[in-house]
Amino acid sequence: MISIKVPPLGESIVEATVSRWVKKQGEAVASGDTLVELETDKITVEVPAPKAGVISSISAAEGDVVKVDQVLGELDEAAAAPTASAPAPAAGPPAPQPAAPPAPAAAAPSLQPADVKSSPAARRVAADSGISVADVTGTGRGGVVSKPDVIEHASKPAPAPAVARDGAQRETREKMTTRRRRIAENLLQSQHSTAHLTTFNEVDMTRVNELREKMKEKVEKEHSVKLTFMPFFVKAACMALEQYPMVNAQIDGDSIIYKHYVNMGIAVASDAGLVVPNIKDAHAKGMLDVSRDIAAVAKRAREGKLTMDDLTGGTFTITNGGVFGSLVSTPIINYPQVAILGLHKTQDRPVAIDGKVEIRPMMYVALSYDHRIVDGQQAVLFLVRIKELIEDPAAMLIS
Amino acid sequence: MKNADVVVIGGGPGGYVAAIRAAQLGLSTVCVEMDKTLGGTCVNVGCIPSKALLTSSEHYEWARLHSAEHGVKIDGVSADLPTMMKRKDTVVGQNTKGIEFLFKKNKIEWAKGRGTLKPGNVVEVEGVDSYQAKNVIIATGSVPIELPFLKFDEERVLSNIGALKIPEVPKHLIVIGGGVIGLELGSVWRRLGAKVTVVELFPTILPGNDEEVIKEADRIFRKQGLEIRVGTKVVGASRGDSVVKIEVEKDGAKETLEADYVLVSVGRKPSLTGIDAQALGLSLGKRGEITVDAEMRTNLPNVFAIGDAVGGKLLAHKAEEEGVIAAEVIAGHHAHMDYKSMPSVVYTWPEIATVGLAEHEVKASGREYKVGKFPFSANGRARTMAETSGFVKFIADAKTDELLGCHIIGANASDLIQEVVLAFEYRGSSEDIGITVHSHPTLSESVKEAALGVLGRSLHI
Repeated sequence: MISIKVPPLGESIVEATVSRWVKKQGEAVASGDTLVELETDKITVEVPAPKAGVISSISAAEGDVVKVDQVLGELDEAAAAPTASAPAPAAGPPAPQPAAPPAPAAAAPSLQPADVKSSPAARRVAADSGISVADVTGTGRGGVVSKPDVIEHASKPAPAPAVARDGAQRETREKMTTRRRRIAENLLQSQHSTAHLTTFNEVDMTRVNELREKMKEKVEKEHSVKLTFMPFFVKAACMALEQYPMVNAQIDGDSIIYKHYVNMGIAVASDAGLVVPNIKDAHAKGMLDVSRDIAAVAKRAREGKLTMDDLTGGTFTITNGGVFGSLVSTPIINYPQVAILGLHKTQDRPVAIDGKVEIRPMMYVALSYDHRIVDGQQAVLFLVRIKELIEDPAAMLIS
Repeated sequence: MKNADVVVIGGGPGGYVAAIRAAQLGLSTVCVEMDKTLGGTCVNVGCIPSKALLTSSEHYEWARLHSAEHGVKIDGVSADLPTMMKRKDTVVGQNTKGIEFLFKKNKIEWAKGRGTLKPGNVVEVEGVDSYQAKNVIIATGSVPIELPFLKFDEERVLSNIGALKIPEVPKHLIVIGGGVIGLELGSVWRRLGAKVTVVELFPTILPGNDEEVIKEADRIFRKQGLEIRVGTKVVGASRGDSVVKIEVEKDGAKETLEADYVLVSVGRKPSLTGIDAQALGLSLGKRGEITVDAEMRTNLPNVFAIGDAVGGKLLAHKAEEEGVIAAEVIAGHHAHMDYKSMPSVVYTWPEIATVGLAEHEVKASGREYKVGKFPFSANGRARTMAETSGFVKFIADAKTDELLGCHIIGANASDLIQEVVLAFEYRGSSEDIGITVHSHPTLSESVKEAALGVLGRSLHI
């Protein structure tokens, strides 16, 4: 019998939510088959079968929060279908050591969160059974978690995945997923730990649009990559960052870390929430490579297949609210980075050009920055530099 | 015709509280009450005057029977009925004036007249004005049920109204109906020296309550001198000049009882004064009560109903809460009525207080449960007070420990139940009460001990 365990999830990630059991109890599996999918705050992890066998038991239900090394179920290798094609045991992929003693699920949470309203007996039972009252839906007045709530939570096979919506119900309550909770924490941390400020400008998109129109068919045909306007902004931002290195820096205690490279974060909306993969060494890449990289990470994000490497190490971020029609917004800094560039919808607007009113495709751009190390002047000039480069893309050649 | 956001028809505990809450929420509010005073049955001829007489008669009984054991010698104790009645009227007056003051403070208009609800939410108040109401709250209360062969005259054949102002201590008072009103007012007159016979149709007094509580109450009341005849049907009656003859039947055997006064307390029915349900298309339930949803809405648009008029438990605090809910719903809040944590109290001595389900109700539901009980005879404070009769009983879910019912019979049960009601609001468990510190020495320690009893760990028994 082999324990199916939660694999290491990456740096500083200790828990995940069981999002889906791909295989059922009693089902025969081949070595390497995906058994169960776990969702962390950043990525979805597939847990493969370490060997061929039959799933003899499942101990973590969908929706459960599990910790690294926690046992998810048992795999009976002896029960593997006795066919000639059964792979040799040695051929299995690196498996979590089955010898390691399973971490008792009840051991970890000793502290009950103070900000969750709960009754004294509820806290006692929760502590005894290793449940955090934060995970229990309270049914007492004002959502207070009661002892019956904790006991019912503990004995429930799986939380109802979707709340039934009968006509009489005016509200429904649903637990946040691990990822949503982490997104919430991160956004709040950014707001709390930085001196947030946003500056705006507007960009005339005429030239960039012309260039894109002219080139996109050729690029698509020859390099099979779609030329969007995002790589223009990535390149323009890289150049502006080079000129204003503080915008690409990071605060660490009382030191400032200057990054002599740009790992460009691109905010991508996926089904599971907002993720920000980054394009490594974007400063050293050409427009085509950047285009290809953007397409690749966006695809991985949509499919839930981002790697930890995709998600860590970003130095600056671009977010494009324009894809949903946003005209202007104040993005939140992707902490511990110190600035984020917000792009918006391009809209035909009358503007004054050389004393005459002309209709131009205009876009508002926003830069939110951490005023602790980025001065207003730098932020404004940084944004002006981007404006200049986008309004005259040829200038990007000369730098 | 005047305009108002809210017109409340009825100034009883449900109606006047609804009016205050509506006014607090910034709604222009009119309360229609045809009586000379506000407060309805509760304040004028119910809760308040009966409690005044219960307290006075308790003092009298204490002086007569219990003072000596405390080393207090009182010679020549006698009841001064006119003074008791006057004090009762004074207390009632303080309360009705209090409501008038609250109306002024909250700028609520009291339309003093008989209100009639017309289609289109127009309320006509006789001799006053008509009101075009954006919202109407019907709070017309209830009236005592009359026996067809024994009509109320309030001289010898009394409802709660007459039983609160009998001009002399009856020689023999027959109480028909062994419910809350009958037992409370029966107790008053028994203490003051009347022979009191309670005739109850059901096999027990206080039908529907927890059986252990009923058994204890029956035992105590009989010991106090109340004659209780259960399973006894009143089949006929006749009134003479100063005597009422009641024909009763038990197990086929008939008997005639004679008394100088009879209190008929066989229940109350919704009163719909000024509400022509048929003409308005207002939908009513089987017992003539107005049907409402959890937001206290009737089937008519912007017409709400609360209190005894909507049936359920006939309790002032239930009516008050329904009034608050109706007002808040009108003001656009999300509010709805929940009856799970509704306590009820019988103000006999000892008092009986209840919240949640009786044991037989839990048993019938098939749910597994545990019971914890603690007698006041094991409570130090109760001994010092010489109030050792009764007990606290909890019923909790066997698996989750959720509180399902609490029944207290004993001194000050009406106040003791309140912590349990709060626990019910928060879906508390017996453990919550059991692990909460209770001051020593207090009667409330019995509540804690009974809760611990559910967990099998009472400390003092």
